[in-house]
Amino acid sequence: MAPPAQSQRSPSPSQPSGKSEVSDLKLQLRQLAGSRAPGVDDSKRELFKKVISYMTIGIDVSSLFGEMVMCSATSDIVLKKMCYLYVGNYAKVNPDLALLTINFLQRDCRDEDPMIRGLALRSLCSLRVANLVEYLVGPLGSGLKDGNSYVRMVAVMGVLKLYHISASTCIDADFPSILKHLMLHDSDTQVVANCLSALQEIWSAEASTSEEASREREALISKPVIYYLLNRIKEFSEWAQCLVLELVTKYVPSDSSEIFDIMNLLEDRLQHANGAVVLATIRVFLQLTLSMTDVHQQVYERIKAPLLTLVSSGSPEQSYAVLSHLHLLVMRAPYVFSSDYKHFYCQYNEPSYVKRLKLEMLTAVANESNTYEIVTELCEYAANVDIPIARESIRAVGKIALQQYDVNAIVDRLLQFLEMEKDYVTAEALVLVKDLLRKYPQWSHDCIAVVGNISSKNVQEPKAKAALIWMLGEYSQDMQDAPYVLESLVENWDEEHSAEVRLHLLTAVMRCFFKRPPETQSALGAALAAGIADFHQDVHDRALFYYRILRYNVSVAERVVNPPKQAVSVFADTQSSEIKDRIFDEFNSLSVLYQKPSYMFTDKEHRVPLEFADELGNLSIGEAANNVVPTQMVEENDKDLLLTTSEKEETKGSRNNGSAYTVPYDGSSTSVFASQAQIESAVSNPTLAGHSPQASFAIDDLLGLGIPATPAVPSPPQLKLNTKAALDPSTFQQKWRQLPVALSQEISVNPQGVAALTAPQALLRHMQSHSIHCIASGGQSPNFKFFFFAQKFEESSNYLVECVINTSSAKAQVKIKADDQNTSQDFSTLFESALSKFGTS
Amino acid sequence: MISQFFVLSQRGDNIVFRDYRGEVAKGSAEIFFRKVKFWKEDGQEEAPPVFNVDGVNYFHVKVVGLLFVATTRVNVSPSLVLELLQRIARVIKDYLGVLSEDSLRKNFVLVYELLDEVIDFGYVQTTSTEVLKSYVFNEPIVVDAARLQPLGPAAIFMQGTKRMPGTAVTKSVVANEPGGRKREEVFVDIIEKISVTFSSSGYILTSEIDGTIQMKSYLSGNPEIRLALNEDLSIGRGGTVYDYRSSSGSGAVILDDCNFHESVRLDSFDMDRTLSLVPPDGEFPVMNYRMTQEFKPPFRINCLIEEAGQLKAEVIIKVRAEFPSNITANTIAVQMPLPKYTTRASFELEPGAVGQRTDFKEANKKLEWGLKKIVGGSEHTLRAKLTFSQESHANLTKEAGPVSMTFTIPMYNVSRLQVKYLQIAKKSSSYNPYRWVRYVTQANSYVARI
Repeated sequence: MAPPAQSQRSPSPSQPSGKSEVSDLKLQLRQLAGSRAPGVDDSKRELFKKVISYMTIGIDVSSLFGEMVMCSATSDIVLKKMCYLYVGNYAKVNPDLALLTINFLQRDCRDEDPMIRGLALRSLCSLRVANLVEYLVGPLGSGLKDGNSYVRMVAVMGVLKLYHISASTCIDADFPSILKHLMLHDSDTQVVANCLSALQEIWSAEASTSEEASREREALISKPVIYYLLNRIKEFSEWAQCLVLELVTKYVPSDSSEIFDIMNLLEDRLQHANGAVVLATIRVFLQLTLSMTDVHQQVYERIKAPLLTLVSSGSPEQSYAVLSHLHLLVMRAPYVFSSDYKHFYCQYNEPSYVKRLKLEMLTAVANESNTYEIVTELCEYAANVDIPIARESIRAVGKIALQQYDVNAIVDRLLQFLEMEKDYVTAEALVLVKDLLRKYPQWSHDCIAVVGNISSKNVQEPKAKAALIWMLGEYSQDMQDAPYVLESLVENWDEEHSAEVRLHLLTAVMRCFFKRPPETQSALGAALAAGIADFHQDVHDRALFYYRILRYNVSVAERVVNPPKQAVSVFADTQSSEIKDRIFDEFNSLSVLYQKPSYMFTDKEHRVPLEFADELGNLSIGEAANNVVPTQMVEENDKDLLLTTSEKEETKGSRNNGSAYTVPYDGSSTSVFASQAQIESAVSNPTLAGHSPQASFAIDDLLGLGIPATPAVPSPPQLKLNTKAALDPSTFQQKWRQLPVALSQEISVNPQGVAALTAPQALLRHMQSHSIHCIASGGQSPNFKFFFFAQKFEESSNYLVECVINTSSAKAQVKIKADDQNTSQDFSTLFESALSKFGTS
Repeated sequence: MISQFFVLSQRGDNIVFRDYRGEVAKGSAEIFFRKVKFWKEDGQEEAPPVFNVDGVNYFHVKVVGLLFVATTRVNVSPSLVLELLQRIARVIKDYLGVLSEDSLRKNFVLVYELLDEVIDFGYVQTTSTEVLKSYVFNEPIVVDAARLQPLGPAAIFMQGTKRMPGTAVTKSVVANEPGGRKREEVFVDIIEKISVTFSSSGYILTSEIDGTIQMKSYLSGNPEIRLALNEDLSIGRGGTVYDYRSSSGSGAVILDDCNFHESVRLDSFDMDRTLSLVPPDGEFPVMNYRMTQEFKPPFRINCLIEEAGQLKAEVIIKVRAEFPSNITANTIAVQMPLPKYTTRASFELEPGAVGQRTDFKEANKKLEWGLKKIVGGSEHTLRAKLTFSQESHANLTKEAGPVSMTFTIPMYNVSRLQVKYLQIAKKSSSYNPYRWVRYVTQANSYVARI
């Protein structure tokens, strides 16, 4: 049962709910409003306190707005603060009354006391009322120039608040450039830090529409700014240090000596008691060394001790956040941590979410030298009072068994589990023994001897029962009473609720039949009869199939049901390496705790500023223009776990190469990568262009033939598109990231098309009529960016397109990705033809 | 960047609620509380400190039973937010003297004042108790510390040992003493939490010390302090391979690793193991350290469980204190899960036992044994007779245990790390503030398998 909503709670002295209290307060406030009696401030304080406490517990006291404002004429600073707090909370719902407060706030902004000036300015900017912005510009302007750093600090945040209320007012007043100046010149580090926060937010938001803003955003991670901040880093508060470190992560140093300089400078940050500073530093180290395998490895060694210290100091919550990051690193490079396995032992009083991480880490670091001890420890947990953890411990033992070469000792342990006679232990162990036998059939003798002793009546869980039945079928020649056990299970067919178990039972009886026909015949008959009568479609179908194939030809049936089996060598991993790399890229963020990349849990408007990933939601034209290198190397993903992200590093490097500042590339490994990538893309483009029918278009135009109804002359086997194709944005994003670029080319847009493209929407409708659907679009004249998708008719094969159109040059940059690479050329032809008709129909 | 901050009571009432960015709907506190309270249907599992509901990320830390919560829609650094929540709690404690639901409710206006300055538009501005002093105008309303539950490790010093001034750790940094003048004093606490796992045969399987040197300063005028640690202290071990035999007996104190508060300067640390710092106001950790070096566990635990006739069994737990007799451990609790089919347990304490209590928790089948204090060198035994509802098929030791123990031992530390001296830069010859250096050892995870 959920707790009752606050408003429904019965009134208690501390939690009043009634309106009478509020109207009572209203009366009392009125009486005090004009009073100048001695001690009036004290009574006001008491009343204000009551108002604030009602506000806190969720009672609507907005009706007191007028009275509160009337009482606010006071020199008592505590009263003022309470009044500001109240006004900030309710101004939004009372925009007209909020106007009343402007007067006294503006007056306070000019007070002698910097404290009052700061407070008033903060409250003024916190009103969040759009029609009051005109009153903010003046005070903010003088606040930014104030001699007192507290006022400047408040004013900088005020600029950001103003931006959120009215972006145009903020930009028009030229506040961002004032902030930029302050950031590089103010003596107070908190002012600097606030400027950095504000500018990151403002320019990231502006970057999608303004090229200048996106250049400014790039300039934040230019060498002068980064070095300026890094050199002062110790003067910043620990929180501002995190901010600076976060920014440094995005900086691309020009050569390895620069990388070492930065790391040496930040080395002592790893000894900071604040875990956030340490993690931010670690992220910088990891990012900087991605392309330097040896150093990267050393970084892992270096950060191990500080991470372990953070895990064991601090509150359980903090230690969980750090442990999650350690978990990520352990999963990436288990061998680095293989001697630290004892740190991953579970403590009895830890919460399940911590134990679960530790179990996974123990599983990952198990190797020849420590397996015995790890498995011994895990077996202790199997008897744990916490049953879910006990189960997972057993599963961990199984996983270790599957990843080891020498499973001898582990098999014994697993078999001991079966003898423990705890039903959940037996259940888990059965599933594991089954998997183990699939990989190591040579162990069947030892295992079957023990499994044979388990009464199927003691096994209730479907998964475990299915595993047991599978083994009965697979090894029926070795298990004396297999046919009879199966027979009794068939007899109880109706009581078996799990379809999975019934499916397994059918197959097992079939298998048993081929091995020991006389003993199984009757059971098989009964099973087929029951199966065919089964209400579950799959069970019914399988039974019918078996029945018919047996009637058709028994030896064919045997080949189908009992083929010689190959041992399974690798079980499928659950998480793709692509996802894992994404999470690693987002080190020191929630992605690591949720074990999901941020696009899976964050709305696009709340992405972290300065995120570099080529996100759909982040339709920044400036960035796209610089993005010369297509993400064509994704398939090289699992070269080396530690290095997979280096490809992204390259893209980043080359991207910056085209931006406002030029980093001198002088023979460092990154520069080699970057230039290579550029050459590659340069080479690949002309070859692609050769294939494309672009040339014929140009001729058509020259001849003034107007727009050809069908595209190129030698029409390839016509590709038909699904008119009702559907694809959700997240799948699109995922595919876009996974697929290599199949085609990349520049297309000319005809003049009619340019003329028609006044807003992105016009093109969308047009393309839709050609079964090419838009999933995201953005931009303003002359730059537009679109993401399209299409699906092959009657197939689930998708085509994804990124199309950047510049109307002043009448050119479209098109990148196509396809599930089915072979048909991407056909699709490209179709796409071009559709685009060329734009504006003419 | 955070969107909202709030503190909820154990019942889910808002004690303070501050919305910084207006991006998350007002009902977030209720959504959060419901989620935390009903994380899993069976109520078995705790909610993790961070989770996401409908695109809103909720962070929380538990401090003295209160929930300190932050929300955001942005993919922020979780350790930053959790660290911040913890820090806010500490700053509030610095101001109120005592952190409790009662003191928060009485002082919520002051807390709002603090929150206004700590965070602006979701960005941290300062968490320095000292800097904040100039922005806070409310006088704290002090609540009576005596009525309160002990808070945190240092709280044990409140329990009236003669050497400790009673009100020390519950004193607000801003409140004036009745006499008007502030007492000049500084507290240095060496708090060590130890984790030990004994095998069923009594061997130490794993052991670790997680220590903190915590400081709380009430010194005026920010004098510099020098803290000297053991001269033979060394940091970092050759690799992290465990070896419990090598460093037995006396010898150097070897820390695996440590970290420091940012006010700490390590200029002469390599030379003479001295930390120098100008302590900020309020409570803060000077240094955190971690040790896996072998140490002598303060308690040995012996446990025996065996059948004693049909549907009956007997449990014997022996606890031996292996520290000097001038030291006394207090608030000792021993716990042991019993077989699931246990229906009854009757206890037999040693003759003349004082300050001990026993309990059989029917709901989760746990045996509990509490001892008020244990003097160094002594041994205590508990016998319990169990009645089962069914015959046990398997080995009883697989059905019961492990035995776990919690305790606090004041004026004792297992690592032998010491503050050799605490020097305060003198302002004048008459300036001689009180200095308190205190040690305490606590069990973090102290487990004996059977």
